[in-house]
Amino acid sequence: MQIKSLWACIFNRHVKQTSDDTSILNRYWKQPRPSEFLSQHAQTIRAVVGNATAGADAKLIDALPKLEIVSSFSVGLDKIDLTKCKEKGIRVTNTPDVLTDDVADLAIGLMLAVLRRICECDKYVRRGEWKFGDFRLTSKFSGKRVGIIGLGRIGLAIAKRAEAFDCPIKVMDALGPSGVLINIGRGPHVDEPELVSALVEGRLGGAGLDVFEKEPEVPEQLFGLENVVLLPHVGSGTVETRKDMADLVIGNLEAHFANKPLLTPVV
Amino acid sequence: MEFMAEHQPSKVHQPPEIIVLGPPSVFKLYYKQFSSRFRVLRPWESPLSLPRFLTAEAQNTQAALISDGIRLTSAVLHHLPSLRLVVATSAGINHIDLVECRRRGIAVANAASIFSADVADLAVGLLLDVLRRISAGNRFVKGGLWPMQEAYPLGFKLGGKKVGIVGLGSIGLYVAKRLEAFGCAISYSSRKEKPSVSYAFCPDICKLAANSDILVICCALTEQTHHMISREVLLALGKEGVLVNIARGAVVDEKELVSCLQSEEIGGAGLDVFENEPSVPKELHELNNVVMSPHCAVFTEESMRDLYELMCANLEAFFSNKPLLSLIPEE
Repeated sequence: MQIKSLWACIFNRHVKQTSDDTSILNRYWKQPRPSEFLSQHAQTIRAVVGNATAGADAKLIDALPKLEIVSSFSVGLDKIDLTKCKEKGIRVTNTPDVLTDDVADLAIGLMLAVLRRICECDKYVRRGEWKFGDFRLTSKFSGKRVGIIGLGRIGLAIAKRAEAFDCPIKVMDALGPSGVLINIGRGPHVDEPELVSALVEGRLGGAGLDVFEKEPEVPEQLFGLENVVLLPHVGSGTVETRKDMADLVIGNLEAHFANKPLLTPVV
Repeated sequence: MEFMAEHQPSKVHQPPEIIVLGPPSVFKLYYKQFSSRFRVLRPWESPLSLPRFLTAEAQNTQAALISDGIRLTSAVLHHLPSLRLVVATSAGINHIDLVECRRRGIAVANAASIFSADVADLAVGLLLDVLRRISAGNRFVKGGLWPMQEAYPLGFKLGGKKVGIVGLGSIGLYVAKRLEAFGCAISYSSRKEKPSVSYAFCPDICKLAANSDILVICCALTEQTHHMISREVLLALGKEGVLVNIARGAVVDEKELVSCLQSEEIGGAGLDVFENEPSVPKELHELNNVVMSPHCAVFTEESMRDLYELMCANLEAFFSNKPLLSLIPEE
């Protein structure tokens, strides 16, 4: 069945293949003149597929009068104007649960990478510096207090893993000069300029960041800091999980257009 | 019968005398503190050869602190006639002639399991780095490449993977406990089955590798385990398999490991140890699915402090005729 939908963002091969099978069209991110494209196709587009960086804001929703459903390739909904969707009776779905483990794994991976300086150690060996002496002492991870902001599915999964390292889980208060900040949530949760100056000035012990205020832009002052590990928003970036997420996105779209109950509705 | 090292009282009002061989990193880090608690003989500062130094200075020395870089053979022990205690700064003691020590009535104490958490943490950290491309991703972002590249290659999920642990001692158990919390299924190989654990025992290393997605080496280096991780085992682990080694480089046939990684017969490796440290095969430097660290699994501030305190506690117990804290029992 042909579902005319607007793909706001880039997808992986699996999703592309599935979409080709069901004749889903319109790769919006490839359009050189987006507003022209929108006015040309406005009357036929019934679905939008977004992700963590490109969703459905008020402007896009207004430009698509036939829009029925926004299916997000993410669990975060900050790029979707939920109020507007509710007003207009537009359904919204996301991809909860399937990516919980991967994001929690990455959070722990970043904690270990920062405290044990794993990326720096790898660089040390690759540069041949080991011949001149041992790497310096790093910080133990096991037993350290882990503070989690947001005890939803991901937060709880992080807590479960941290407990296996005998890390007590604490209510968050201010981080001191030996504190390490891990952000696998959303860039805007953190005051980025303040974070950068705290790190540069040594007021914060370190950071592991997978998300930023204006991806893919990352403050260059962080590039030279060995106590900072930076990743290009790969929290759910495994072959297994992206397949599961894609299946949910397509599954939700197919359910909607077959008038069946949505798999993971938000609105 | 419990073996207790017997200290013969030395001169009054003098800190007890110890000889340090190596010297071990922990001694260098805590030099001032050791020197204030003990009178320390330092052979590496002498122009004399070790045997001559020992003959000249250490005939009455009863306790030795030794690094794992020193082979404590009967020849060395011959020059230490008053020795009653050897304190090793590592968990492994294959560098010490235990039989000769027993024969001479010398007690041996080691680092027991104080490092186990740190070593296990590094094993998990290296594994997550390989699967989720953390070091590679860090290089990518810090190289300013993110805005230029549309899609970053995907990693692989850790949860649900089958982990084979080679050697279920203190470190192996800590690794198992951590990986279970990530949703991994644990099996192990060991000299003997451990009835007190619920993990599946698989005595055949090849079978363990064939049934695992991830192999973590946590065993001691012995004649039996030398090159135990052979080409056969690596091929059994397979194209998507990941090897993590935080034990000793020589447990793995390094030449075969490099060849399997280059020809993509295995999926990736996280390595803290190598056969000829600090030399590391150049071929590994080019590979993004390999993460390496310079044999530093125990080198955290906390472990070094814990080690310093344990070494002192053992030495002070000896000099007060009290039981040692980490005596290696006679088997």
